[in-house]
Amino acid sequence: MAVHNAHPPGFAHQFEDMEQQREAGSLGMWVFLLTELMFFGGLFASYIIYRALYLPSFEIGSHLLEVKFGALNTAVLIGSSLTMALAIRSAQVGRRGAQVGFLITTMILGAAFLFFKFTFEWHHDYLEHLVPGFGFVIRPEWGAAGAHVPMFFCFYFFMTGLHAIHMIIGLGILTVLTIMAHRGRFNPQYYSPLEVSGLYWHFVDIVWIFLFPLLYLIGGRYMGAGH
Amino acid sequence: MSEHIVPLRVYIGIFVALLLLTALTTGVAYVDLGAFNTVAALAIAVVKMLLVVLFFMHVKYSSGLTKVFILAGVLFFAILVTLTLADELTRHWSPTPSGWGALLPFFTRFF
Repeated sequence: MAVHNAHPPGFAHQFEDMEQQREAGSLGMWVFLLTELMFFGGLFASYIIYRALYLPSFEIGSHLLEVKFGALNTAVLIGSSLTMALAIRSAQVGRRGAQVGFLITTMILGAAFLFFKFTFEWHHDYLEHLVPGFGFVIRPEWGAAGAHVPMFFCFYFFMTGLHAIHMIIGLGILTVLTIMAHRGRFNPQYYSPLEVSGLYWHFVDIVWIFLFPLLYLIGGRYMGAGH
Repeated sequence: MSEHIVPLRVYIGIFVALLLLTALTTGVAYVDLGAFNTVAALAIAVVKMLLVVLFFMHVKYSSGLTKVFILAGVLFFAILVTLTLADELTRHWSPTPSGWGALLPFFTRFF
């Protein structure tokens, strides 16, 4: 039986020891992420079905996206996942300054992702009249398949939009974590907030890892833009 | 065990592998493989997901309980996609028997 004033910082009374507390925290976060998997999963399943129904329209839509921005943002997000993992590692080895540095780098990379997405992609799409509901123009050169191109862009904006909302929430979480790390709240025995937030950040990264090929790459890219 | 400290070189190695796989999937998209373009893109995405889940998310070092939870979640996602597609893709395999239309007035009485 542990003496009340002898427990390590961050230890909650209902747990047997720190190991069990960490385990429970991670498991709880995973349960949440699995509900998120089903949340995004509904969109992914719908996308697969509508792509099968209107394949030519979805290929036209996919060709209107810029692969270079999608690939750049994939690299940026993978980089932010690395710095997030390194921030947790810094807590595990007890380096406070490195924690703050890696967390801020993660935030900068996350913000860069959103900046590229909003400025180079969404704004450009808006100017090109490719946003359904905001003056979408069906171009005559798309032919009969043009009628269902807006459906591709509905999926594109819903999926990347939901992903962007998760990124914005993640940036808020990272801000709180940076303040906590700066105040020295984490140590090699207690870093659960970092660990579970890291799980969330990596999950959002994985969603993008699937969105990138599904939206940008599998629309018959090899046939060239004139297809 | 979640307090396992992953060596720095493992993190860097996973990061480089993820970048190389991103370059590979982008490059393969411009090569005509027919139906295998989609297969290749999804296969590479699954490999990237596994690298992130196992190493960045520490699942390789997690307890069996956590792994069972994750597998259960992935199983339900597979059910979601498979059964939805099983309905949608086979819906037009056989025509609706025309005689069944005669039953419609009977059923519509209840609605």
